[in-house]
Formats: sequence, C-alpha cells, structure tokens
Amino acid sequence: MGLLDLFRKKPAGSAQTAKERLRIIVAQERAQRNTPDYLPVLKREILEVIRRYVQVDSDAIQINVEKDDQQEVLELSISLPTDER
Amino acid sequence: MAEIIVVTSGKGGVGKTTSSASFAAGLALRGHKTAVIDFDVGLRNLDLVLGCERRVVYDLVNVIQDEAKLHQALIRDKRLENLYILPASQTRDKDALTAEGVERVLNELKEEFDYIVCDSPAGIERGAFLALYHADQAVVVVNPEVSSVRDSDRILGILASKSKRAEENAEPVKEHLLLTRYSPEKVEKGDMLSVDDVLEILGIPLLGVIPESEAVLQSSNAGVPVILQEGSHAAEAYKDAVARYLGEEREMRFLQPEKKGLFKRLLGG
Repeated sequence: MGLLDLFRKKPAGSAQTAKERLRIIVAQERAQRNTPDYLPVLKREILEVIRRYVQVDSDAIQINVEKDDQQEVLELSISLPTDER
Repeated sequence: MAEIIVVTSGKGGVGKTTSSASFAAGLALRGHKTAVIDFDVGLRNLDLVLGCERRVVYDLVNVIQDEAKLHQALIRDKRLENLYILPASQTRDKDALTAEGVERVLNELKEEFDYIVCDSPAGIERGAFLALYHADQAVVVVNPEVSSVRDSDRILGILASKSKRAEENAEPVKEHLLLTRYSPEKVEKGDMLSVDDVLEILGIPLLGVIPESEAVLQSSNAGVPVILQEGSHAAEAYKDAVARYLGEEREMRFLQPEKKGLFKRLLGG
C-alpha cells in the first residue's frame, strides 16, 4: 500500500461501490426467489432449537431448496462454532 | 394480432408514465393503432402527461363495472389519430380492478388495436400485478441508481413466475430494458452506474437509453408526450427505442458527454 497507491489511477467513483453492492444483493434475492414461503420461518425455528444446545450465529444456518424434474431436496447445513465442546 | 406491452419498474418516480406516454405515442406515430391504459387507480396521471385531463368522462373502472362502454371511456389523442387513452379512476380504491374485468377490457381492445400499452403503478400490489399479468412484452424502466435496479430485478422475477404466460407455461414475457434519466457526465465522473453496469446486473436486452433532459419536465408541464418535443435528445432517444421495438437496428445515441466548445466552456455553459 502507500507508495503503490500513488501510481494508481484516480479513486473509483461511487458507481463502482453501487455496482458491487447491487451484484451481491441481486444474486442473493434471485436465489431466494424460487424458494417456498415457509423457508424463513423454518430457518428461524430450527435456529431456536439449535440454540438450546449450542450458541450459533444466525448466519450459521444455510438452507437451500434444489429442484429437479423428479424431486425437491431441502438441504440444511449448520456450522457449529469451533471452540464449542 | 394485437400485442400487450406493460411498462413497469417496481420503484416509483423512475419515468414509467413519461415512458408509457412517449412509447405509445411513438407507436402511433409509426402508424400503429395504439391504446395506452393507466392502471394507477386512485393516482392517475397519464391523462395529465398526455394533456387530456379535462376530457376524462369515464375510466377503466367504469368499464370494468359495466357503467360505461369501452368506446365511451377511450379518449382519442388530439395530436395523433392513432393514439387512444384509457384513464384510471381517480376516486375508486384499488380493489375495484378485478382480474376478469381487466381481461375482458383487454380482449375487447385487442380486436381494435395493434398495440395496448399498460402503464403500471409503482409497487408490487394488485394494480401493478394486473398491469403485467396479461403482457406479451415488458418494458422495464430503470434509473441508473441502486434502488431502481434492485426493484426492477424483483419485477423481472414476478414477470417470470406470476404472469399469465408463466402460469400457462407459454413462451415467457419478452423483456426490454429502458434506462432513463441517464447522465453521461455523471457516468464519466464515476458517480453513476453505466449502461453496461446495469446490463450486466439485470441481464436483459437493452431497448433504449433516455438521457436526463429538461425537455421531459417541460413537456409534462405542457401535457405533451416528450417524444413530440422536436429536436430534444429525449425525443430522439424514445423514437430510437420505438424503432428498435419494431425490429429496426438503431445505434445507441447520447451515451457520451456532450463535447463543449471553448466558447461554451468560457461561458460556463
């Protein structure tokens, strides 16, 4: 940093930040678009149950619904904190 | 076969009504018999933008509720013989629009018109949903600004899942991006999303870019669709967009800042 920064072209404008933020939020919302309506509630309730035993963050739970012609798969992934025993 | 076009955006204030008025007028200018319908029940404005607010007698809700015939409610534009306006009701509440009623009006219009342009209200409530439900094609009006881009992606999702074409597993609604209030100067400074940025995020084909222009305000003040404002960049850009919609190739214009001459610069113009 520091010296190298001097040779960089002028700082990127706010549009670059806007684009990065949009890219993330739009991707996220598209992923949620075709999921069942009950998913957020399901996620919250599962989180409550897990927290009776282990303290986890709300983003420690990932729920995905995958569809193909024959079946729908509900994929649930919970990452436990490493220092928990 | 008549075609139903919805002009939609999700977010308010991005230029839906301005674009509906100019797009419909543009189709009429090209010789196509066109009807433009205001779906914003309770907050109608298309009549004002098109300068026929004092000629409204009956409206969309009157027709739906069998209080008037369609031809009694349709207002013929004074400038363009191919353009007709079906105003929204100003007094009824939004529930006055029913899916069956809208379908009946559209079917009746289809028999007489080449194009039916549906000016959607903002939001994703009933009026907006009914405006897009029957669409064959969608013109998604977007400003190069974060909330507008996000909301329009939401609308694209609704078009793909909740429209009649989606429900019937028919060919999907054809989507077009109309980028409005574009300022090449701000883009050059790095403070406004560029056309390419928006295209990259939304991933739908570009129909046109309308530059930010004083002509838009002036023409809505006067009740004239901006496309009729001869010589203005916004008018030219709308004409290009209509031509592209009709299948013509037109190069994108007004994407670069205007080059200022020395004289203009000295005067701070």
